[in-house]
Amino acid sequence: MSGPTKSVRFREAIRMGMVEEMERDDRVYIVGEEVGHYQGAYKVTEGMLEKFGPKRVIDAPITESGFTGISIGAAMVGLRPIVEYMTWNFSAVAFDQILNNAAKMRQMSGGQLHVPIVFRAPNASAKQVGSQHSHAMEHFYAHVPGLKVVAPATCADAKGLMKTAIRDDDPVLYMESETLYNLKGDVPEDPEFTVPFGKASVARQGGDVTIVSWSRMVHVSLQAAEELAKEGLDVEVIDLRSLRPLDEEALVANVSKTHRAVVAYEGWPYGGVGAEVVDRIQRLAFDELDAPIERVTTLDYPMPYNAKLEQHVIPSAERVIEAVKRVAYRSA
Amino acid sequence: MSSMSAPKPAATEAPAADALDGSNGASHVGPASRVESLAVGPAVARHPGDTKAADVVKCLRDDSTLDPRTDPGLSSAEVIALYEAMLRTRVLDDRLVALQRQGRIGFHIGSLGEEASIIGSAFALRPQDWLFPCYREFGGALWRGMPLQRYVDNMFGNANDPAKGRQMPDHYCFRQAKVTSISSPIGTQITQAVGFAWAAKLKKDDLAAIVYFGEGATSSNEFHNGLNFAGVFKTPTIFFCRNNGWAISVPTERQTASRTFAEKAVAYGMPGVRVDGNDIFAVIKVTRDAVERAARGEGSTLIEAMTYRLSGHSTSDDPKAYRPDGTVDPWRAQDPMARLRRYLHKHHGWTDARDKELEASLDADLREAIKAAEATAGPSLESMFEDVFAEVPWHLAEQRDELVRGPRAKGHP
Ligand SMILES: Cc1ncc(C[n+]2csc(CCOP(=O)(O)OP(=O)(O)O)c2C)c(N)n1
Ligand SMILES: [Mg+2]
Repeated sequence: MSGPTKSVRFREAIRMGMVEEMERDDRVYIVGEEVGHYQGAYKVTEGMLEKFGPKRVIDAPITESGFTGISIGAAMVGLRPIVEYMTWNFSAVAFDQILNNAAKMRQMSGGQLHVPIVFRAPNASAKQVGSQHSHAMEHFYAHVPGLKVVAPATCADAKGLMKTAIRDDDPVLYMESETLYNLKGDVPEDPEFTVPFGKASVARQGGDVTIVSWSRMVHVSLQAAEELAKEGLDVEVIDLRSLRPLDEEALVANVSKTHRAVVAYEGWPYGGVGAEVVDRIQRLAFDELDAPIERVTTLDYPMPYNAKLEQHVIPSAERVIEAVKRVAYRSA
Repeated sequence: MSSMSAPKPAATEAPAADALDGSNGASHVGPASRVESLAVGPAVARHPGDTKAADVVKCLRDDSTLDPRTDPGLSSAEVIALYEAMLRTRVLDDRLVALQRQGRIGFHIGSLGEEASIIGSAFALRPQDWLFPCYREFGGALWRGMPLQRYVDNMFGNANDPAKGRQMPDHYCFRQAKVTSISSPIGTQITQAVGFAWAAKLKKDDLAAIVYFGEGATSSNEFHNGLNFAGVFKTPTIFFCRNNGWAISVPTERQTASRTFAEKAVAYGMPGVRVDGNDIFAVIKVTRDAVERAARGEGSTLIEAMTYRLSGHSTSDDPKAYRPDGTVDPWRAQDPMARLRRYLHKHHGWTDARDKELEASLDADLREAIKAAEATAGPSLESMFEDVFAEVPWHLAEQRDELVRGPRAKGHP
């Protein structure tokens, strides 16, 4: 990145993206539970009510399907809503609105109507919040044609992807992570800085094995890569950033270099974005592969509350390391 | 620079932010000017004087006498048992918040100020009735027979936790006491309770189901779905709405534009009643009436218990950020515990000494339970793989074995 930067936390980077776009375009508003007076359940919207007033920072009654449907309607008439869920888990009660209306309105109306809307919330595991609060929801949504799904891992991407999401004319689902909110990083101050969808980035360069990851798991993968470096394995870490559209080119190019890949992410192993990544690589770069691709996922089990048990269910650096060694045919 | 979409000039073709004026996107509130004032100042909370309205069922008067028209006719032993249950609840709240602050448990969501609503309504049930909790009803679950030790085990998520360490603290489930599982997504227990009661009616089981939820949950789909179905099918359900003034930081008047929550029942063809939720006698009276209606085959009732959340929403919340502490004082003066204690002093020879003694003994019970829970190991790794399906399928067995033994030497899972 070029130009002046500012060191901020992840939650501020998301906020910067929203605030800049709200200043730029007065069709943008944010609605959700606790976004106003409370300053956001995780303080992402801190100061926004004061800045933009209650017409554009709206505390909603407790009905996700309600304020999702209402915002889809508002988007159809030309506003550009940002819908915050307290967590992505609670979007489940609004799933029908997202699946059947946001995603399909353009197609169903023969292109007469469209829904420029951003849905955003913390996603996947937090610490000890049990099975109903720990879902990795990107897998459900990335399945749906008509939806775009992004999941930043760095502060700069958090800001840049948010701005692209707000400017996009289709529904975008923006996945945050409670465990990343305090992460610090430099973000460009340029109000025209955006991050394109469908472009992965290289979080770490290496020649032996590629780890494909996104969101919080990029950091876990980087940790694993540092450990593996000590054992002489040079690992490349790809941060997908955008899960749909997916950067096929980057996947093929990387695997053509390392010939081995591990996909590390939160979410259950049955289907999902990780399985999609594996499909693309094996189909498009079959001849480049020297080993079967492995996935490191959440165990195929609803998240337990107990901290010790939870540790085993969430994908860890240890499990990533084991998988990398397996695809490199190194014994543990 | 994004290649996906060229930036559009702001607000040329669009209705712009003016379209957000007044009711659009904020139809639950009054005129825009009022919204404005709510946004700058602290959110306005309900006034305790609201419970003085004529339609609100009351029993315990300020002079500690009971209104004979609504007196549920409790024995002295019953009143003292209720007081003990309320005090236990309060002692639990106090100690569990402290444990959370010390980092010994992860979370607590309490019932400070709502004890009369919760214990009174649980008391009014018959043994065969079922309780569908929201999340603040541990006092009711204990009253129904969930052992204190099991509740505290759930707070620690240990091997003796009836939910086997899988659920967050205060997400208990105790079938033996006819208490179902907490379900975190707001409102979702409401339709479950309706279905439960409806099926029981079809089976000719003589039981009713009471379902608890906050006033915030009346905005959820399931509230409307549940009441509508219950109205049409005359299910034996008691909808117990704890109107405690707040849904986290959102005050009642920004949740609904209805004058009361009880009046929502009218639209679904069932009676709705408001009760002073800090008056345990009145709560027992209206809940009993609702159980009796259900038992007579007349269907459901919506009860709005007018009470107040004296604490933060949960241990994750600091209410001072949106609710100046002073605004809580009028509600502290309506503390259901203090009101019942005054009544006990006047009519049952209760003394401060007995009060202290009772609190000390409840505290001792609790300390022991905490000690035992903390000393209990977590659930085994193997136990995690049970209860996903009726039988452990092969792939879960494989995951289990791998976790216990370590990964297979060759191949990939
Ligand atoms: C579907 C869903 N959305 C959001 C939440 C987060 N949440 C937990 S409690 C709560 C407020 C509930 O208020 P109310 O219904 O009045 O109950 P109270 O906490 O006051 O007892 C919210 C928004 C949730 N649990 N489920
Ligand atoms: Mg409430």
